[in-house]
Amino acid sequence: MSTESSSTVARVLKPTILILIAIVAISSRLFSIIRFESVIHEFDPWFNYRTTQHLVKNGFYDFWNWFDEKSWYPLGRVVGGTVYPGIMVTSALIHNVLHFFNFPVDIRNVCVFLAPMFSGLTAFSAYLLTKELKDSSAGLLAAAFLGVAPGYISRSVAGSYDNEGIAIFLLVFTFYLWIKAVKTGSAFFGLLTALFYFYMVSAWGGYVFITNLVPLHAFTLLLMGRYSNRLYVSYSTFCAVGTLLSMQIPFVGFQPTRTSEHMAALGVFGLLQLYAFAELVRGYIPPKQFRTLLRGGVVAVAVIASFGLTILSFSGVIAPFTGRFYSLYDTGYAKIHIPIIASVSEHQPTAWTSFFFDLQMLIFLFPAGVYLCFKELKDEHVFIILYSVFASYFAGVMVRLMLTLTPVVCVSAAIAYSTLLDTYLETSEHVLASTKPAIAAAATSAPTVIEATTSDSKATGKKTAAKAAAAAAAAAAAKSTDAEAKAHAKSAASSEKKRFPIFNLDSRLLVILQLTWFLFMFAWHCTYVTSGSYSSPSIVLASRQQDGSQMIIDDFREAYYWLRKNTKEDAKVMSWWDYGYQMAGMANVTTLVDNNTWNNTHIATVGKAMSTSEEVSYKVLRHHDVDYVLILFGGVIGYSGDDINKFLWMIRIAEGVYPNDVKETNFFTPRGEYKVDHDATKTMRESLMYKMSYYRFAELYGSGNAVDHVRNARMPAEGPTLSVLEEAYTTENWLVRIYKVKDLDILGRDLKDSTAFDKGRVRKVSSLKKK
Amino acid sequence: MNDIKTAASSLLTAYIKDTPKSLKLIDSYMVYVLLTGIIQFVYVVIAGTFPNNAFLAGFISTVASFVLAANLRIQTNPKNASQFPTTSPERAFADFLACNVVVHFAVANFLG
Repeated sequence: MSTESSSTVARVLKPTILILIAIVAISSRLFSIIRFESVIHEFDPWFNYRTTQHLVKNGFYDFWNWFDEKSWYPLGRVVGGTVYPGIMVTSALIHNVLHFFNFPVDIRNVCVFLAPMFSGLTAFSAYLLTKELKDSSAGLLAAAFLGVAPGYISRSVAGSYDNEGIAIFLLVFTFYLWIKAVKTGSAFFGLLTALFYFYMVSAWGGYVFITNLVPLHAFTLLLMGRYSNRLYVSYSTFCAVGTLLSMQIPFVGFQPTRTSEHMAALGVFGLLQLYAFAELVRGYIPPKQFRTLLRGGVVAVAVIASFGLTILSFSGVIAPFTGRFYSLYDTGYAKIHIPIIASVSEHQPTAWTSFFFDLQMLIFLFPAGVYLCFKELKDEHVFIILYSVFASYFAGVMVRLMLTLTPVVCVSAAIAYSTLLDTYLETSEHVLASTKPAIAAAATSAPTVIEATTSDSKATGKKTAAKAAAAAAAAAAAKSTDAEAKAHAKSAASSEKKRFPIFNLDSRLLVILQLTWFLFMFAWHCTYVTSGSYSSPSIVLASRQQDGSQMIIDDFREAYYWLRKNTKEDAKVMSWWDYGYQMAGMANVTTLVDNNTWNNTHIATVGKAMSTSEEVSYKVLRHHDVDYVLILFGGVIGYSGDDINKFLWMIRIAEGVYPNDVKETNFFTPRGEYKVDHDATKTMRESLMYKMSYYRFAELYGSGNAVDHVRNARMPAEGPTLSVLEEAYTTENWLVRIYKVKDLDILGRDLKDSTAFDKGRVRKVSSLKKK
Repeated sequence: MNDIKTAASSLLTAYIKDTPKSLKLIDSYMVYVLLTGIIQFVYVVIAGTFPNNAFLAGFISTVASFVLAANLRIQTNPKNASQFPTTSPERAFADFLACNVVVHFAVANFLG
C-alpha cells in the first residue's frame, strides 16, 4: 500500500469513524428511554422544560418578559431575567425548524433528546481540539473517549434536559476556537471564539471558567516571554467582543464590569495593550532610549493603576466574590456560612473513588498526557496544562465540576494513548514507507552490514525482508560514506533519532494487546456505569422484586397528577424546595419555594413551618395562603431520599433565619442521636414534618409492629395526631403524602379543640351504632 | 527627564520616517477613537454613569474599535508578514469588517 492510497483511505475512514462515535455517544445515552419512557428527569430539567414550553407557545418576546407568578408565592419570579436562556432557545429553534419542514415533533421529545444529540457534537469538537494538539488519530481517540466517558454522560443522558447538556459542547468548542485563534492569529477565529463564548454565557453559569482560563493562558504566555502579535490579535478580539456580548444576557447584566470573577480578563486585556504598545515603540528606537522610556512608562502606569484601584475598591464599584465562589476556594466556607449551598449534594467535595468511577483508565493516562504536553510545550499545550491543573482542583472541590474536568482528561489521555500506539506501531509503518529506498541503500552498502543485521534479527525468530532492509538502511546511513545512501535513508534516520524504534514483535504485541484490552475494559466500564448509575430518571423508580421481576414505582407522577386534577387552579402547595420545579412542571400548581433557591429567607420560612409545632406553623401556613402541603415519605418502601432524612437541613436553614423558633439541638436525643422512634424528642414528635410523615403510619401494620424501613426504627403503636391539617392524598407506596390545610373553624374555636370535639362525636356515633 | 525627552523626540522622528502611509492612516483613526473614549470616560467621572448600559455600550464600542483597528494595523504591517502567513491585507480587512459588524450590532442592542 502506498502512502497516497492510505491517505485516501484515511480521508474516508475519519468521517466514518467520527459518525460512528457520534452514534455510539448518542445511543449509550438512551438507556433510560428504553427502560422507562421518553420523560424529563430529575428536578432542574423540569423547570427548563416548563420554560421551553412557554417559549414555544408564547414566542420569544413574551418569554423574555415573563413574570412567573406561580413560583415563589407571594413574591413571584422574573423568569426572563433570571435564567440562562441558551438551552431553551436552542430547543425551541430546533423545534421550529423541524416544524417548518413539516416534521411534527413534540417539544418534549426535542427536550429529551437534546443532550444526547449535543454529545455527538461534543465528541466532534474534542476531535478538533486534540487534532490541534497532536494529530487526527489522537483526535479520534479523544472523540471516542469523550463520547462515552461517564463523567460527561452523568449530565447528558436522554431526558436530562439541563444546561450542562449543551454547555460542555460549547466549552470544548470555544476552547478549540481559542487555540485555533492563538495559532493562526486570525481576528476571525477570535470573533468566532467570542461568539461561542456568548452562546456559552447564555447557556451555563460555568462560563466563568472560560472567562478566567483564557486570560490565564494569555497571561502565562506573557510571563513565559511568548508574547506574539498573534496572541494580541486573538486575545484582544476575544476579550473586547466577548465581554460586550456576554452583557447582552440579562441574567449576567453588568457583572463583567463589576465582579471580581471577571476582573482577570479585563486586567490581562489592559496588560496586553500596554505590552503591545511597548513592543511597537521598541521597533522604532534604539534599545538604550527604549529602556529610559520604558522606565518612565512603567512608573506612570503603576501610579495611575494603584490610584484607580484604590478609588474603585473604596467606592465599592468592584464587588467582592460571591458565596459560591468562596466555597470553591475554601471548602469549609459553605458549611459554616451558607447551609443552602452545602445542603445540595452536588456541591459536596468529590470522593476520590468517583474519579475512577467516572473516568476509569483515563485517570491514569491523564498525567501521562499532561507530561507529553510539557515535552512539546507550544502555546496550545500550555493551555491544556493550565486547563488540566485548574479543572483538577475544581473537580476535587465540587462533585458537579467533574464535568469540566472530563473533556481535558479525555484529550490528554488520548494524547498519551496515541503516543503509545505511535511508538509501538511506528516501525511497521516506517518499513512500509521506506521499503524501496531502504532496499536500494542496502544494495549499495557493504554486504557485511547486511550480514550483521540479519544475524541480529534472527534472534527474534520471525524476520521479514522488509525489516532487515530497514535496519540495514539505518546502519548504512550511519556507517557508509556513500552520499546517495545517506540521502535515501535520511528521513528514516531523523525520525529514529527522536524515538527508539521497537523491532521485536513480541514486545510490541504485548503492549498493543494490553492497550486494546484496556480499551475493552473502558468501554465495558462506561456502559456499566451509564446503565447502572446515570440512567435513572429519578421521577420513576425501578426496583427488583424477590423473584427478579421489575417493579416500577411511579408515586411521584401519581401525586402530581392528583394535584393537577383535584385542586383549584390557583392552589398554593407548600413543599421543601427540592420538589418545586417538578410540582410547577407536572402539577401546574403555585409553589412557595423551588430549586432556584434565590431567596434564603423564604426557604427558611418553609423550613420553619415544617419544623415547628402545629400552632406555630399554622400561622405561617395561613400567612402564605397555603392550601396543601406535600411531603415525601420513604418509610414504607425504604426510599432513603425522603423528607425526614432531609429534615436536618430544613432545621439548619430555618435556624439560620429564625433562631428563636427553631433549635437544632432540640431535635437530637440527649445522647446526640437523630431518632424518630420511641426515643424521639418532644420537639421532634411535635414538629409538623414528623406528624405528617407518620400520620396513620402505625395503622398500616397492626399494633406495635410499625417499622420505618429507611431508618430501621420500630415506631410507637400510637401515631401522631393532626389537628390543623387533614390528609388529602397518599400515593400507592406512601412515597408522597399530600395534606390539606384546614380553614379556620366556623365557630371560632381553636382547631385543636374542634378536632378533639369532632373526634369525640365520631366515637360516640360509632359506639351508638354498635349498640 | 532629559533622557526621556530626547528618546521621545527620536521616537517621533523615527515614526514619521519609517511608517507606511496606510499604517499612519490607521494610527490617526486609533488616536481619534482613543480620544473619544477618554472624553466619554471624563464625562462619566463628572456626570455619573446613569444610563449604565448606554455608557458601557459607548465605551466598549470605542475600546473594541481601537482594538480591532490595532489588529488591522498589526496584520497589514509588512514587517509582521512572516508572522501571519495565512492572512493577506485583504483578509485582515475582511476580518476587521466582520468583527465591527458584530460589535456594533451588540452595541446598538445594548444602547437601549
